[in-house]
Amino acid sequence: MRNKLIYWLIWILVLGGILLGISIFSLSVGSAGIPVKKIVFLILEGKGTTEYSIIFDIRLPRILLGFAIGGALSLAGVILQGMFRNPLVEPYTLGISGGAALGVCLNIVLRLHQTFGIFTLPLFGFLGASLVILLEYSLSIRRGILKIQGLLLTGVMISFIASSLIMLIMAVSRVEDLHGIVFWMMGSLEEPNWFLIKSVVLVSILGLIISYVFCLDLNAFSLGEEEALHLGINIERTKRLLFILASLLTGCSVSIAGIIGFVGLVVPHFVRMFVGGDHRILLVSCFLCGAGFLIFCDTLARTIISPMELPIGVITGILGGCLFVYALSKKQVLLGEK
Amino acid sequence: MLEIKNLTCGYDSGFLLKDINLKVEKGELTGIIGPNGSGKTTLLRAITRVIGPQKGEILLEKENIERFSFKELAKKIAVVSQNSVADFMTVEEFVLLGRIPHRRRLQFLETKVDERIAQEAMALTGTIQLKERFIGDLSCGERQLVVIARALAQEPRLLLLDEPTSHLDIAHQVKILDLIKKLNKNGLTVIIVLHELNLASQYCDRLILFNNGFIYKAGPPQKVLTYEIIEEVYKTVVLVKENPISSKPYVFLVSEEERQKKGGA
Repeated sequence: MRNKLIYWLIWILVLGGILLGISIFSLSVGSAGIPVKKIVFLILEGKGTTEYSIIFDIRLPRILLGFAIGGALSLAGVILQGMFRNPLVEPYTLGISGGAALGVCLNIVLRLHQTFGIFTLPLFGFLGASLVILLEYSLSIRRGILKIQGLLLTGVMISFIASSLIMLIMAVSRVEDLHGIVFWMMGSLEEPNWFLIKSVVLVSILGLIISYVFCLDLNAFSLGEEEALHLGINIERTKRLLFILASLLTGCSVSIAGIIGFVGLVVPHFVRMFVGGDHRILLVSCFLCGAGFLIFCDTLARTIISPMELPIGVITGILGGCLFVYALSKKQVLLGEK
Repeated sequence: MLEIKNLTCGYDSGFLLKDINLKVEKGELTGIIGPNGSGKTTLLRAITRVIGPQKGEILLEKENIERFSFKELAKKIAVVSQNSVADFMTVEEFVLLGRIPHRRRLQFLETKVDERIAQEAMALTGTIQLKERFIGDLSCGERQLVVIARALAQEPRLLLLDEPTSHLDIAHQVKILDLIKKLNKNGLTVIIVLHELNLASQYCDRLILFNNGFIYKAGPPQKVLTYEIIEEVYKTVVLVKENPISSKPYVFLVSEEERQKKGGA
């Protein structure tokens, strides 16, 4: 146990260090490069200078948002993969992103964000996501038992329905709205509202803490539902709470940053290859790794063709996919097989 | 130890266990036999509360099992089932999962006691030299021993086994059942579902024969394994003789070809 604990601590320190390194790197690069040495000086006594406001008003919010959303999506991914015992499940499989996107589309087309203010966009996203969660939950519950496979299939179907409806809306919408919809759906960490940023950071960290209540349950789940029950896990309660937790994490992320694909699928797999399948280390490692990965991708997205900006989903997809395929060819560790 | 009273339970598909009455005393080794689909596994699932009763009740140490939380129940009953393997874990990690019901709330790490008990369970089942290996690399027989070790790590008072010897060669079948017999001698109450009638006859104190969701016959092997009963339940021609060493009944099968030869002659 002692050895395992030390091993785990080393992993946490390594991943935390990488995250910190990426964050500092992200603070310093951009259209106006700021040397790392200068950052400390600027933070301490640079108040009022342009560089100070670049760091605090432009780059830091993005980093914080990347931290929260990367962490939340990866965490939701690892929880869902553990619960479903299915390596292909990710936060978006459940149709939550589809619901959020539909909500935002409606909002844009109905011009609600112009009448009532820009904050209605995430609000509608969250409403859409919650609606899907409720719908799926009530459809998959039979006599007090949450049918996991049914949940998955319903989720995939709701995704399809939502994307068809979005296409319908896009087909009949005005050109200027179209741009807004596409832009939102591609996902971005651009978010000027500090309150929203702080809330997502809070939600994702709370999510991490709550997920630790269930880390042993998730370990038991890797043997299958019935075996978990034999080990004394109240599987119905656990399944429900984990589903709600993962959904909320996803819903919050999607409604603020749009649909940033791949993080929730790739990061859990990638981390599992290195730290193993024990959720006691897996949860926090996924969170840290996902946060670092998203911040890194965002930094690339805004610097590669600067001053223009690429959609972050492009980077996460290409970078994540390539890394993943490479790692897979090197080491055959997937959920449930060695 | 365990008492089942007028239990009726089943699935949505219509299969039912009907009006089961059964009493298992402390320290007994009870075998459950019966054709495929006769309700053997369903009974185990009812005892572990995977499915709830429609009628009747199950008492464990005179207390209705519905009154226990899942966690309390898992401290008393451990299950060795047919498919409970996670290939990517090491043997030690897997056996330590058996300590989950004994964890306190918000206790993430194993204590020294947990580790000691897992070590003992592995030593008892002869799997301690495998502890660093991955489950996926083990043979069928080794896996089954590891699953038993995990069940023992739960420190149960009642051990349920669902066909622990399927897919195993005779050496491993005997090894597993000798181990179970040894555990039983040390005071563990055991209920074991077996397909192989001769193993059941050899090792169990008492057999319970299921047929179509009913208990067809219960009693010592000599009473249950007679050719009339087996032919009636399994619809197969057999011959039952006494094992010359253990004097337990032994069931011989007869192929159709032989039957016709006999009939013709």
